[in-house]
Amino acid sequence: MTTNLATDSSVLQRSASMPQRVDAIQSALDERGMHATEGVEELSHLALDEWVPRNGARVVARAWIDPAFRERLLANGRAAVTELGIPMPKHHRHLVVLENTPTVQNVICCTLCSCTAFTVIGLPPDWYKDLEYRARVVRESRTVLKEMGLDLAPEVEIRVWDTTADTRYMVLPAQPPETIGWPEEKLVDIVTRDSMIGVARL
Amino acid sequence: MDGMHDLGGKQGFGPVRYALNAPAFHADWEVRANSLYAYAVRLGIFNMDEYRHAIERMEPRHYLTASYYERSLTSLLTLCVEKGVVPREELERRAQGAIPLATPSAPGRTNVPAREHFKVGDRVRVRSDYVPGHVRMPGYIRGKTGVVVSESPAYPFPDAHAHGVEAQDEPTFDVRFRSEDLWPNSSDAALVHVAVFQSYLERAG
Repeated sequence: MTTNLATDSSVLQRSASMPQRVDAIQSALDERGMHATEGVEELSHLALDEWVPRNGARVVARAWIDPAFRERLLANGRAAVTELGIPMPKHHRHLVVLENTPTVQNVICCTLCSCTAFTVIGLPPDWYKDLEYRARVVRESRTVLKEMGLDLAPEVEIRVWDTTADTRYMVLPAQPPETIGWPEEKLVDIVTRDSMIGVARL
Repeated sequence: MDGMHDLGGKQGFGPVRYALNAPAFHADWEVRANSLYAYAVRLGIFNMDEYRHAIERMEPRHYLTASYYERSLTSLLTLCVEKGVVPREELERRAQGAIPLATPSAPGRTNVPAREHFKVGDRVRVRSDYVPGHVRMPGYIRGKTGVVVSESPAYPFPDAHAHGVEAQDEPTFDVRFRSEDLWPNSSDAALVHVAVFQSYLERAG
């Protein structure tokens, strides 16, 4: 064995770090004239600053104060969120909005990967993408919700929605009675991402 | 494929590591990995079904120990190598270390020949299909019966689209199952809804 070979193989036995792997593909695409760095800048701006839970919060607040909008939202979610200037990617062709009531709790998940309506409710949090939530929420919904701090009364029916196709879901939480009559901008502030996933009530 | 990714109903996992306002990202490389795979889709290097399938093809031990964004990144790197965009050796040289990739793909399939159209309220059964390639049917509904509650517009058929196989677009149906039917005497009572492609369904009596 030559010194060179030993050196090469010892380099390759060490796994590249995640930043090194990202740098490798980004620079390789850049060098081929594919402008990956510009693409990353644009898409990272969208992911960090544009696709945020506040979009969904605006949808929820509008649905609470405007019954006609609420009807349109429940009939065709994608068209209704577009009215508010909220985009959805081409491959999310359908947005189903699930209305919570005092006796119905809808909760969304993706057991196969971690799909969400991310342009509307924001990119999913860690726990949504973790193995535990994906494995358990479809089978032990009431137990999992209780562990996460949502202890539902026995008469509340739980409806779980598994995002296994490109239809997307968002939960329309019930409006807290004490907020009836509040101005729309103030209502937007009380709507959380987790209430639109369905693991929290407001 | 009945892969490690198909987690719905698997037992033995501990509590959800829940935190209020948990962030989507923890590090700059995660943001870039997420953007790079989306950019590659935009460039047409691969589609979303190929992307998902390359994650599913990760060796099971690797899948279970990788973070979400490591899985995204592994899919991106695997597909760039498989499609001949960048050779693996070049990526490993640039990264100054080994890069584990996903395992090779098995063949895909086209739509099933006899597809029925269902309407809201129809009782349907999920076919007992065992597919070597990509499929978007979670194992926990295989052979189970439920009720159609809504229909979505037609999408590319993932079992074909992840493999470059010619196929017609298909509608998906939201099918409502009772958790007691999915896991008899072994689940919390709930209605579990799954978005199911037309090819995976047959009419139940």
